[in-house]
Amino acid sequence: MSARIVHIASNTFREAVRDRVLYNLIVFALLMSGASILVGQISINIERLVVINLGLTAVSLFGVVIAIFIGIGLVSKEIEKRTLYTVLSRPVRRWEFIVGKFFGLAGTLLVNTFFMAIGVFAALLYVSHRFQKPDAWVLVALYFIILQFLIITALTLFFSSFSSPLLSAVFAFALFVIGSFAEDLRGFAGISQGVTRWLATGAAYIVPNFSALNVISSVAHSNPVPGQVILYNSAYALVYAAVAISGAVLVFEHRNLK
Amino acid sequence: MAAIEILGLEKTYSVGFWRKKPRYGLRPLHLAIEEGEVFGFLGPNGAGKTTTLKLLMGLIFPTAGSARILGMELDDPRMKAQIGFLPEQPYFYDYLTARELLEYYGQLSGVDPKQRSRKVNEVLQRVGLPDVGGVQLRKFSKGMLQRVGIAQAILHDPKVLFFDEPMSGLDPMGRREVRDLMEQLKHEGKTIFFSTHILSDAEALCDRVAIIHQGELRGVGAVVELTSSVHGRVELVWHGTTVPASLRALGAECHIIGSTVRAVLSEANQDTALEALRRERLRLISVTPVRTSLEDYFMQKLQPAGATVGGRA
Repeated sequence: MSARIVHIASNTFREAVRDRVLYNLIVFALLMSGASILVGQISINIERLVVINLGLTAVSLFGVVIAIFIGIGLVSKEIEKRTLYTVLSRPVRRWEFIVGKFFGLAGTLLVNTFFMAIGVFAALLYVSHRFQKPDAWVLVALYFIILQFLIITALTLFFSSFSSPLLSAVFAFALFVIGSFAEDLRGFAGISQGVTRWLATGAAYIVPNFSALNVISSVAHSNPVPGQVILYNSAYALVYAAVAISGAVLVFEHRNLK
Repeated sequence: MAAIEILGLEKTYSVGFWRKKPRYGLRPLHLAIEEGEVFGFLGPNGAGKTTTLKLLMGLIFPTAGSARILGMELDDPRMKAQIGFLPEQPYFYDYLTARELLEYYGQLSGVDPKQRSRKVNEVLQRVGLPDVGGVQLRKFSKGMLQRVGIAQAILHDPKVLFFDEPMSGLDPMGRREVRDLMEQLKHEGKTIFFSTHILSDAEALCDRVAIIHQGELRGVGAVVELTSSVHGRVELVWHGTTVPASLRALGAECHIIGSTVRAVLSEANQDTALEALRRERLRLISVTPVRTSLEDYFMQKLQPAGATVGGRA
């Protein structure tokens, strides 16, 4: 990786930290502590299930919100404030800027998820008093959540490379919601006929398949995740994110900066 | 080899929603700026100066034409490592301190990590900000940001510098300091291409200037030549408030300012006028040929073809 990408990524990370993005961890910590204390009092034998479901869903939602709301400003804010002028007048290629920004935000989300994961495991320990072997699958679910973040970050960057921050947020969030029901969309395509079938099948394959990356419920029930699924999901997320980033680069390479 | 070669660079925008019409940001521009030259790009607001600089920096793309800097294409990273750019009213990452910002730009420009810290300290010193390196940029005034802008432009010791309105937002002292700094850079052999609408700055600093108006190049010339042409008129200044009637008869334009009189008349009538002053026993202070100022040239070039300015064009 070019050194310039690393510098841009670390500056993006620094910006997120100084803009107090990681403060969301405090809210998350409060949520997890409150939930584990409450769950311990109202649930019988399903404390583990509730904590994993609630914890991982919160990790996912917090991350998606951060990915979208920071992602939409990654490029547009730099253009708006003209901070990009003094970057692109240096030996920095436009694609390096986009890729650097992507890794910067991805790094921020990774660090954020790491601390949230500690919170989830702490809550799990509090309600179960000890770790069990199936708890290891929680790590796989967290890994899939990070893969979701990569896709959503790449998509947000792609949208923000040509549209306004507000529209980018709308597009990205809409795709996140539709993508979360991608399996249902595929099911619908399977039972449809004619043009509807073609359209539904096309849409099902174009939108990111977030439902395949969501194993929270399965993991909460202590079901293992097959190695093949881990492999396929990894390849799918990386290819999808790479395509979205390439799209962002393609648009940004030809964009006139106002 | 010219440091900057601009070959028919042109930028057209489409305006309107349904029926799009072309609007010229820059009409085909041809210019060559030699190495070591300080070149002023003059024009009123909205003339096309910033558009030209943005084209040269690769921030926007030309509709037609091309340009080369140090013999290299505009998207060549090797060229970009040798240029420095100060945008108009620069804005930087305000969550960074001045030192962090310069370190970051040093990294992007490929400044040797071993020398980076020393260079950052040097440029902070040079732009008069040695004590605020650790202060976040959000606490900086407009003038201080302008200085940081200059610091980031010269940090990596570039050969060619592009300044967009470098004196904008500065107080008279700041302007003087920036002007001195540009003088120093000129003595170091840097090529400087700067846009301004402050003509006194251009007159003091530039070897050559170009006038641009409504996206069109209206004239190019050496400052020395543009300001040295004698128009066959002289200015006489003497003590007192008396204006001999014979001077008025010669067609002199006379102005009484306090206890002195200033008269401008044809060079052919100079001796007659001096004789008249002697006769009246008026004490002469100076006799000076009237020269064209850069402002005269500027105003002349801004007029539509055929028009004249104040009868002195």
